[in-house]
Amino acid sequence: MEKKYTISIYTENSVGLLNRVSTIFQRRHINIISITSSASEIENVSRFVIVVNLTEVAVKKIVGQIEKQIEVIKAFYHTDEETIFQESALYKVASKSLFEERHIQNIIKNSHANIVTVNTEFFVIEKTGFRHETEQLYNDLAPYGLLQFVRSGRISVTKSPMNIKALLTELNDKNQTDE
Amino acid sequence: MPFYDELYKFQDKLQHVLTRHEQGATHAAQGYARVSGKVGVCVATSGPGATNLITGIADAMIDSTPMVCITGQVPSHLLGSDAFQETDIIGISTPVTKWNYQITDVSELPEVMAKAFYIARSGRPGPVLIDITKDAQFASFDFEYTPCKSVRSYKPVPKINTDAIEEANALISKAKKPLIVWGQGVILGKAEAEFKAFVEKSNIPAAWTILGVSAIATDHPLNVGMVGMHGNYGPNKLTNECDLLIAIGMRFDDRVTGDLSDYAKQAKIIHLEIDPAEVNKNVAVDVAVLGDVKETLPLLTKEVIAKPYSDWIAEFKRHDEIEFEKVIKDDLHPTKEGLTMGEVLKEINRASNDDAVIVSDVGQHQMIACRYARFSNSKSNITSGGLGTMGFALPAALGAKMGAPEREVVAIIGDGGFQMTIQELGTIFQTQAAVKVVVLNNEFLGMVRQWQQLFFDKRYASTEMTNPDFVKIAEGYSIDAKRVSKREDLGAAVDEMIASDKPYFLEVCVEKEANVFPMIPSGASVSDIRLS
Repeated sequence: MEKKYTISIYTENSVGLLNRVSTIFQRRHINIISITSSASEIENVSRFVIVVNLTEVAVKKIVGQIEKQIEVIKAFYHTDEETIFQESALYKVASKSLFEERHIQNIIKNSHANIVTVNTEFFVIEKTGFRHETEQLYNDLAPYGLLQFVRSGRISVTKSPMNIKALLTELNDKNQTDE
Repeated sequence: MPFYDELYKFQDKLQHVLTRHEQGATHAAQGYARVSGKVGVCVATSGPGATNLITGIADAMIDSTPMVCITGQVPSHLLGSDAFQETDIIGISTPVTKWNYQITDVSELPEVMAKAFYIARSGRPGPVLIDITKDAQFASFDFEYTPCKSVRSYKPVPKINTDAIEEANALISKAKKPLIVWGQGVILGKAEAEFKAFVEKSNIPAAWTILGVSAIATDHPLNVGMVGMHGNYGPNKLTNECDLLIAIGMRFDDRVTGDLSDYAKQAKIIHLEIDPAEVNKNVAVDVAVLGDVKETLPLLTKEVIAKPYSDWIAEFKRHDEIEFEKVIKDDLHPTKEGLTMGEVLKEINRASNDDAVIVSDVGQHQMIACRYARFSNSKSNITSGGLGTMGFALPAALGAKMGAPEREVVAIIGDGGFQMTIQELGTIFQTQAAVKVVVLNNEFLGMVRQWQQLFFDKRYASTEMTNPDFVKIAEGYSIDAKRVSKREDLGAAVDEMIASDKPYFLEVCVEKEANVFPMIPSGASVSDIRLS
């Protein structure tokens, strides 16, 4: 049965690695729901967070293929229950509606969204949360005219430890004894 | 240009072979690597030179061949400008390389090159591509060479799990009808001696994949032949009767397994494998013994207790007799007029004392070569297994001869594949590498024709070949050449070819519409193997 899985990948920070990782999905005709890449808790180590709908058998094989890449330190897959995850969304709305439509102020207040910037032409609202929360705010604001809307990919941390620092120490030690 | 200008100064230290096409360079590097166990190297210019490497790189990737490809690139300030002969070779080669890297700063060169060779040959080997921008080629700096012994994020060989060894030993001790299927992992791991020790101490019959053959001698009493689509009758049929399948350094390719839903379902399966991503990829296994087979096999050998398995081994003999009567007899000892591919292989075996390096292309002749070539030494069967690249054999044979000049290297090629890299006759002529080239000419793309005959009511759509005079072409390159079409001339012609210490071309006109059997039809089960 297909299910939503979050794949977390710790990698060296190098040019072309995103392509190397994404091509593993492309080759198997798998659509990536979201992908983010950023710094991790370790200096010069990047972290990818990729969300896909797959069976567990398939996601295991994908993680195996990802781990095989030279510059990948470690890859994991988790279910939603095993992670803490959020997405961020930005909503750009014409400023006149903020003053003309009183209701819009209630929407912002009730959704616990933040106003990032306001000027005479437009204002920008930021909302971080679960998908259904950012979607709810989208649906609430849409009738007033959204000039722009954008949502980030999922970012997530796992409930259980990943022990990457320990793994890196072990790898560094091993390399020193090899030399 | 700057790269080649430097090579000019090192001609006495570094032998450069100018192939006629970059694809030929990759296959030659593969042939060199496969016969020697060392890393093959090829060089190409940017743009079309680089893209012409891709087929060979993909071939090396799927067949785990250690290779380093070096490509030129436009100057770094022109990257992405659609400059003359610019192509994104890093992007293009990513899915078919074990690793690739673009050097834009000359100071990276020593470290990256050392890393490239380390990655190409360690763990499960594979191709690496290094792209060097022109400005980095022109730049100079003082460097110190430090060999690469490890890469932090790269684990070439997984740790051995002693529990898995124990579980494997327990399964082996319980088995009544065990079967070993070994692949190229034994050869790549340089574990031929360890493998032979395991087979001999355990007394378990062992079958091979086409890339695994030659790891032990063809005439070894426990060598029960080839598995897969055109493999032997016994090991295929008995895959579905064994109670334990011990897979060693192989990857359960679809040409080996046939229909996965009816593959060894009755058996427990042990998989000895260096690449964790191969475990449970195609076939779910009971015990995965991760690690280098050179290290894991002795751990099994130590505990194994030999059993006679008399009835079980007799089953293989019984199947061999059936296959001999129905297939092999007519292939090797034909009574009909037309020459068979099989009898050509038989003559080559005889003339080379079962000890030639056989480099085959792709198609019917490849299956015949793998079925009937006899081997006494390892690293002797070189063929394009996974990718099935027609045009592989001629340049690969040239590379093999350079990697093992003391050995007899015989290329077995069909008339179709020969014309895909025929220009490398020029390289053979220029280098005078004493490669023996045998073209088995049936004037068809024979394997496709066979399928058309069997599964498409003999509609031979675009498989018939109108061929040039191959002997004349070879003679045009001043290569000794002969054509044979009669049985009585075959033996002498093969003798003359093997006796020659120069390159030699032999065309054998074989039966046009002969088929390769046994055969597991595409998508069928190994137990549905057909003898006719």
